[in-house]
Amino acid sequence: MKPELSDLNNELADVKQAVADAIAYSTKLGASAVECALTRSRGISVETRLGEVDTVEFNQDGALGITLYQGQQKGSASTTDLSPAAIRASVEKAFDIARYTSPDPFAGLAPAELMAQQLADLELCSPGEQSADYALERALQCERHALAQDKRIVNSDGASYSSHVGYRVYGNSHGFLEGYLQSRHAMSCSLIAKQGEAMQRDYAYTVARRTDELWTPEQVAELAVQETVARLGARKVATAKVPVLFRADVANSLFGHFVGAISGGNLYRKSSFLLDKLGQRVFPEWLTIVEQPHLRGALASSPFDHEGLATQDRTIVDNGVLQTYLLTSYAARKMNMTPTGHAGGIHTWELNQQDQSLEQLCRTMGTGLLVTELMGQGVNLVNGDYSRGAAGFWVENGEIQYPVEEITIAGNLADMLRAIVAIGNDIDVRHGVRTGSVLIEEMRVAGH
Amino acid sequence: MNEQDQVIRNLLNSNGLEVSDLQQRLASIYSGAIDYADIYLQHSTNESWVLEDGIVKSGSFHIESGLGVRAIHDDKTGFAYADEVSAMALQQAADAARGIAGAGESKQQCVLQRTEALARYPALNPLTSLNEAHKINLLREMDAYARALDRRVVEVIASVSGSYDEVLVLATDGTLAMDIRPLVRVNCTVLAEQNGRRERGSAGGGARLDYNYFFATAEGETDLRWQTYAKEAVRQALVNLDARPAPAGTMPVVLGSGWPGVLLHEAVGHGLEGDFNRKGASAYSGKIGEQVASELCTIVDDGTLHDRRGSLSVDDEGTPAGYNVLIEKGRLVGYMQDKMNARLMGVAPTGNGRRESYAHLPMPRMTNTYMLAGETPPDEIIASVKRGIYAPQFAGGQVDITSGKFVFSASEAYLIEDGKLTAPLKGATLIGNGPDAMRQVSMVGKDLRLDAGVGVCGKDGQSVPVGVGQPTLKLDALTVGGTD
Repeated sequence: MKPELSDLNNELADVKQAVADAIAYSTKLGASAVECALTRSRGISVETRLGEVDTVEFNQDGALGITLYQGQQKGSASTTDLSPAAIRASVEKAFDIARYTSPDPFAGLAPAELMAQQLADLELCSPGEQSADYALERALQCERHALAQDKRIVNSDGASYSSHVGYRVYGNSHGFLEGYLQSRHAMSCSLIAKQGEAMQRDYAYTVARRTDELWTPEQVAELAVQETVARLGARKVATAKVPVLFRADVANSLFGHFVGAISGGNLYRKSSFLLDKLGQRVFPEWLTIVEQPHLRGALASSPFDHEGLATQDRTIVDNGVLQTYLLTSYAARKMNMTPTGHAGGIHTWELNQQDQSLEQLCRTMGTGLLVTELMGQGVNLVNGDYSRGAAGFWVENGEIQYPVEEITIAGNLADMLRAIVAIGNDIDVRHGVRTGSVLIEEMRVAGH
Repeated sequence: MNEQDQVIRNLLNSNGLEVSDLQQRLASIYSGAIDYADIYLQHSTNESWVLEDGIVKSGSFHIESGLGVRAIHDDKTGFAYADEVSAMALQQAADAARGIAGAGESKQQCVLQRTEALARYPALNPLTSLNEAHKINLLREMDAYARALDRRVVEVIASVSGSYDEVLVLATDGTLAMDIRPLVRVNCTVLAEQNGRRERGSAGGGARLDYNYFFATAEGETDLRWQTYAKEAVRQALVNLDARPAPAGTMPVVLGSGWPGVLLHEAVGHGLEGDFNRKGASAYSGKIGEQVASELCTIVDDGTLHDRRGSLSVDDEGTPAGYNVLIEKGRLVGYMQDKMNARLMGVAPTGNGRRESYAHLPMPRMTNTYMLAGETPPDEIIASVKRGIYAPQFAGGQVDITSGKFVFSASEAYLIEDGKLTAPLKGATLIGNGPDAMRQVSMVGKDLRLDAGVGVCGKDGQSVPVGVGQPTLKLDALTVGGTD
């Protein structure tokens, strides 16, 4: 049961017509401008636990969102019911709402001349097998392997496998109407280890657009075992100021905060610790970040953004200096700048200067904290204050000594970004920001 | 027409379906190894209006409607859903869900019986309780009011949102339950600026009522509810303008009454959900009857409170909501259950089976979770601390239910020195371990308060509205993660 690309392409053509109809109906009602997005996905998600089937879920999700303008007044509506009647009702509701909102001089569609043209096929859709039997076999294989590895693994929180295909269509009254197919497959395993009375849980996962890019069930299992067992015997450390090494799978969150701080919405609200920093050094001078939205088959690739704007290769940070903000057309008008194609988020970011392995980074750090998990929401983008719960390992003389938990790490993001000492070559490609582990010169660790 | 008939008409009859069609479909699934099956139908509409920069920038409206079919064999669940309510969609979903177990002889369904639960909130539609012009006017008034409170207020973001939700559950155990669930919420966020420093304050509230709730005064108050939110948001932003970095290390922590109960929700509540305990994955697994908190702690989950954000007349499996004691004088007495986990653990369902929507599977979730009042006046609790922290407001938190570890960020906090509140603090994060922290509770105030009606709880990617609450309480030692 593998969805055919030709069937998906036919469906895509049908829903493009539905979006075109919604736009035409809006115009007929008297909207001066309109934009409409439709997404659909279908597939299967299964979970197994202790060698048995736990859940088999058949997923089928879709939504249509419409935003229309009457002059500078805006109204939005959305629906999960994609019948022509429900779509027409949504258009009417959005039209009604636009009568009540205030005229906003900055409201409107993105500039027509910046709409994406001649879209390349970025190979974002590679359907996989969607039968329950196949999915269950993958999950069972993964969990079975995990449970056989180490007797300290006493329980399982389950293994999962999922496979989805779908499409995204966007159109607006500039005449732009495009869509593309997409797929996503994932497998995970979550385990529980016990030592004395203390239990620890951890997991591992793999995600990709192509099934042949997923790790094998055995690889996922072995990593999950390794992560879970390594937490046993965790303790607190003393409160101190020490260097902190963010392992690659948590380091991307640091760049996530950076993304938030240079995003238009936070800038025009003056709610960012990186206000007015364009053209200034915000990272160490050896660090360069480039965005590559058109990498074939990459999870964060996209031919156009959520406003139909062309995405393009872009230098975000050049030798530590901030080269661009991330602007939707609304933010761009507010700030009297040009939109950057970031409605809906960033596309794949790659960083330079990644030459040390995690082990080498530990040696570079000498004595300090290796962080492998972050908890809580203690991040304030307005002033950069950062204080989050953490777990990981205590490192001395470059060697891991013991697992650590129930501590917090704190600092200020503006200082932390400038205090990056090195970035590892252990790049995690599961995230939009492809970073390795990140070593920060010093942070406040709170323990006992 | 009573509200149950109204739901049947809107969800079934208007889509060309009768209760008997659902019964037949359920009968077709209920055979062989299937122990239980249910059908869930839902139609919900919600709206939100947002003011920023002094103008009502956006309004949005959302329709969500569909059905979900679930079939259970032992501890195995098959689930499928459709984004339309029709006989065809029902059949396809039922066939898919049924695949979890092999075919076999048909089973006799229980006789359908309408669940007669006490209504915990009125069957109102908030969206039509106020016309559009008045909704917008509320936002404009809140903006003007907040700005007039203090000239350091430089930005106001005000929002009003409401939802109207009709649900119907039909199950092989004979359940036929209907519910109409209104929910409203108003929020005010302000940015205040002083000498180039900008800080945020945010407050809001809501209930399972219509928008008229915000134009009434709360008990013992003279301001209208929406005015209290604006005042509170401004007050918090101004306090934070003077806040200095929080200390780091282990120290006594006094939690304020009301919303800080989010700590109970995270540190204790999630660990007492039936699914984690059936699987032996919680720090509280297998500990029924044991002392898991100080004797001062009695913690309940109560879905029966009138009009509360976390309340339910019936849960999403048709079980009437309950008042469930979880921890009594420090002793663990019960878990929160949905039908499947209750059956597998040999106990009764507790009215905690909840799902985000028809497209999500039910699981044990909290409703309104709070600690009962103690006997100590709150000022005596603060006066008892030589050096520590007082935290009356939190931004949110997270928990690892297996190790019991939790993390919270205070959005308002003060240093306590020699029994008195001194400097306001910023960036205070609290981290601990649920069972350990609950043993550290050494004083419990007599000032039990519930939150204002803003809680959203996330679990396995599903969000549901919840309530939290507690009296002022003291923990003798907790790790505070500050920068100073």
